[in-house]
Amino acid sequence: MNTPLQRVQGLGAAHSGTGHFWRERVTAVALVPLSLWFLYVVIGLAGTTEVSALVFLAHPWNAILMAAFAVISLYHAALGLQVVIDDYVHSPGSKIFLLLLVRFAVIATGSTCIFALLRIAAQ
Amino acid sequence: MADNPQVPEARQRPLSPHLTIYRWPVTMMTSITHRATGIALSLGMLILAWWLVSISNGPEGFDSFHAVMDSPLGLLVLFGITWSLTFHFCSGVRHLAWDLGYGFSKKDSRLGSIWVIALSVVGAVAIFAWVWTGHGGYLR
Repeated sequence: MNTPLQRVQGLGAAHSGTGHFWRERVTAVALVPLSLWFLYVVIGLAGTTEVSALVFLAHPWNAILMAAFAVISLYHAALGLQVVIDDYVHSPGSKIFLLLLVRFAVIATGSTCIFALLRIAAQ
Repeated sequence: MADNPQVPEARQRPLSPHLTIYRWPVTMMTSITHRATGIALSLGMLILAWWLVSISNGPEGFDSFHAVMDSPLGLLVLFGITWSLTFHFCSGVRHLAWDLGYGFSKKDSRLGSIWVIALSVVGAVAIFAWVWTGHGGYLR
């Protein structure tokens, strides 16, 4: 019993608009410079000791950029993995299980990265 | 229901895009590889977390990370992740160009796919060659 206007406002059968698509693009744009910076860092730290990495990542700007790279990458990964699951997993049980697994894993990995960066900064 | 003679059996029609029938165009290769490298990079985030934790754990923690990653298998995984990153980066930039409306013609989409494959392989090999020839480690 919906009017055309209400059907539009109710977002239809998908229960969402272009939010997922848009967040995927925004994180992708942010990751263009961040992943170039990340490559510069890992090549620059390749073959060095943990002291070099410690000193580099203890610097506030580097810690902030590394945290941004980790968090935005994980957000982008969660959005992308959700599409893969939506496309290939059709039974509701395994679908919900995998979607929850991706979200929990992403939050666990992100918290671990940030905690490690804080611990490095405190040393 | 299944034995109801009134209901004709559904005919088994091939489903688009006929993966097993058509020769794969290069655009199809890069499309599925974008997805596969995205999954690989998601798993690679676990290695990033481990790297950061190992640095925060002091020399012993870092040595155990280094021992695993410096092994032949570890280096193979690192090369795979590096190529996944160069591929997903190039292919991702191509996706953003599509979003702006560029590169949809038959000729451009074919050329774009070839460029993505070439640049990603050259990029990953160049990064490994650069580090192996001692040009890495400049943040010491």
